[in-house]
Amino acid sequence: MTELQLDPSALRHLADAQVNVELDTGDMILNLGPQHPATHGTLRIVVRLDGERVLSADPVIGYMHRGYEKLTEFRTYPQVTTLINRIDWLSSFANEVPFMDAAEKLMGVDAPPRAQWIRTTLTELSRIATFLLFLGEMGLQVGALTPAFYGFRDREHVLNLIEAATGGRFHPNFNRIGGLKDDLPWGWIAETRATMKIVLDACDQFEDLVLGNEIFEARTKGIGIIPGAMGTGYGVSGSNIRASGVDWDLRRDGRPYLAYPELDFKVWTHPDGDSYARYWVRLQETRESARIVLQCLEAMPAGPIMAKVPRIIKVPEGEVWVETENPLGQMAYYVISKGATGPFRVKIRSASFSNVSILPWLLQGVYVPDVITILASLYFILGDIDR
Amino acid sequence: MPDETPDESPEPTAAEAAGDATQDATSAEPTEVAPPEPEPEVAPEPNPVHEELLALLRGAGFADGAIIETADAHGGLVVRVANDQWRRAAEVAKEHLACDYLTFIAGIDWQPAPREGDEAGGDTSSPVQPTEMTFGAAGSAGRFQAFAHVQSTTKKWGLTFKTDVDEADPRVESWVSVYPGADWHERECWEMYGFVFDGHPNLRHLYLPFEFEGHPLRKDYALLARIVKPWPGLVDVEPMPGEPPGSESPEGSAGSASGLAAQGPGDEAREVDQESGSPDETSEAKVGGGDES
Repeated sequence: MTELQLDPSALRHLADAQVNVELDTGDMILNLGPQHPATHGTLRIVVRLDGERVLSADPVIGYMHRGYEKLTEFRTYPQVTTLINRIDWLSSFANEVPFMDAAEKLMGVDAPPRAQWIRTTLTELSRIATFLLFLGEMGLQVGALTPAFYGFRDREHVLNLIEAATGGRFHPNFNRIGGLKDDLPWGWIAETRATMKIVLDACDQFEDLVLGNEIFEARTKGIGIIPGAMGTGYGVSGSNIRASGVDWDLRRDGRPYLAYPELDFKVWTHPDGDSYARYWVRLQETRESARIVLQCLEAMPAGPIMAKVPRIIKVPEGEVWVETENPLGQMAYYVISKGATGPFRVKIRSASFSNVSILPWLLQGVYVPDVITILASLYFILGDIDR
Repeated sequence: MPDETPDESPEPTAAEAAGDATQDATSAEPTEVAPPEPEPEVAPEPNPVHEELLALLRGAGFADGAIIETADAHGGLVVRVANDQWRRAAEVAKEHLACDYLTFIAGIDWQPAPREGDEAGGDTSSPVQPTEMTFGAAGSAGRFQAFAHVQSTTKKWGLTFKTDVDEADPRVESWVSVYPGADWHERECWEMYGFVFDGHPNLRHLYLPFEFEGHPLRKDYALLARIVKPWPGLVDVEPMPGEPPGSESPEGSAGSASGLAAQGPGDEAREVDQESGSPDETSEAKVGGGDES
């Protein structure tokens, strides 16, 4: 039996190798996407890494660019509805509203009150459906699988309502210039009331399940902080900017539209500006939307759902800027008409485009796993970026 | 400093005889659009928010003649500034108007698109735009304009800036130094319209592949899909219900009896295609047609 004799100096060198000698990590270019699950589509982010830390990030967009601004110039106004349904495909109904509003303003037509209230209800239902997906899916991005199932399950109830009223789960194509295609189906209001109860319960569940979770807090608190002034400079809007403490909601602060001036709702803000705050604000806004829907059902006026519009829509010459608060943020159209049956120029201002444009600034210095969290918490839709 | 009142006097230039382009004097209230009839006699009161914004703008120390024209476009304030004052406009908006929020920057090409569908003959599925060049609110000196919208999250107001861009040498100042979010908007505008944004750190393609040539949103850039295959509404003309069959059949070989009677597998697909192409028209005819007929 021989004792193993070790030279102490050799051991010291070993220790040096482990502690004091840094491995040469260099910069590494990592392509995140375009087929990465966290990007919900085809967003590619070229990140330059030093170890686990992001030195710079460059989002590459356009994989889904469909050229809607060009296509609108070759369509009539009613046909444009079909296109804009597919900008933000999770809340298609909410996309239609500002464009219809723009055409109605140019034509001097007002949709009847009942149509306005139904539009408000369906817009808020789109918001709930969009946010329920977010509430579940954000958990998925930080490693919790369960909320995703709950999110999809509860969203299904809301999508059923949208389908019952409009005929389409994703692309309702339900708005017409001057009103709506159809009235609400029989029994829909009672059904919606019951579903709002489900939604409010789901929000409580998400609050317990996700917001109270230590791991979730550790992964999101202090991660991806957007200061309010920086966010507005980039044009970040919607829940993202309200989570940075900017008290700005177009439903309350913009030009009055739909039935929002007559509704009582609270605009939620959070001072922190991190991923956690964005989740928190969206959770509160889901509750608020459910309350708005309940108010709408109470106050829904009777009456016609279509104003008198000519058979062939010709929009007089003029230009108008119409913006609405959509689930993802500010959705707006600058419509220029020259008196034809189709628009001359439509500038589509979509929320996700500006929300994502802050990424090169926001991702500097974060760790790779946090990139995923930040992407999820910003909550963008590829069609809304690429248009 | 210099009073801008000369520019403000309601003198419609020849370029813009359009009704709502003249000054703050449209009938548009901030909330509702007045019906078109009472426009002449009702003297519309100026929008107080617009008055305040314009007062702030004039007090902000613009150069002489920087504000060329202002207009009220259905309740939205449009301010046309000189091309060399474009960045100054952004600075003024941010510092003096509290407009901390950049909504968008984009371009306009006022040139009419090459006509397509002259032979449409009453077909309404393809819009036919006017052939002469007219300009929108606040006018324009030429074909190209850049326009941008900024908003205030504190004061809750917003306005649109426009500036003329030279056709031969399309140059605009970049807003990136004022609003960091201008980066992507200007890249998009550069590739779509070919405007060069002076001072932009990195003008490269945003949506399109890097080797892409041309500026797709210019009106003279043809929509390729339409050249390859004309709009189905132009060729698949079927007789309306009630019309005698065969009264119009553009393709004589396609079926001698009527489009509806021919039920080959190909025709079926075509019919579905056409139905999905314009579902609105038929339904609107159903709803809105009642008062006409």
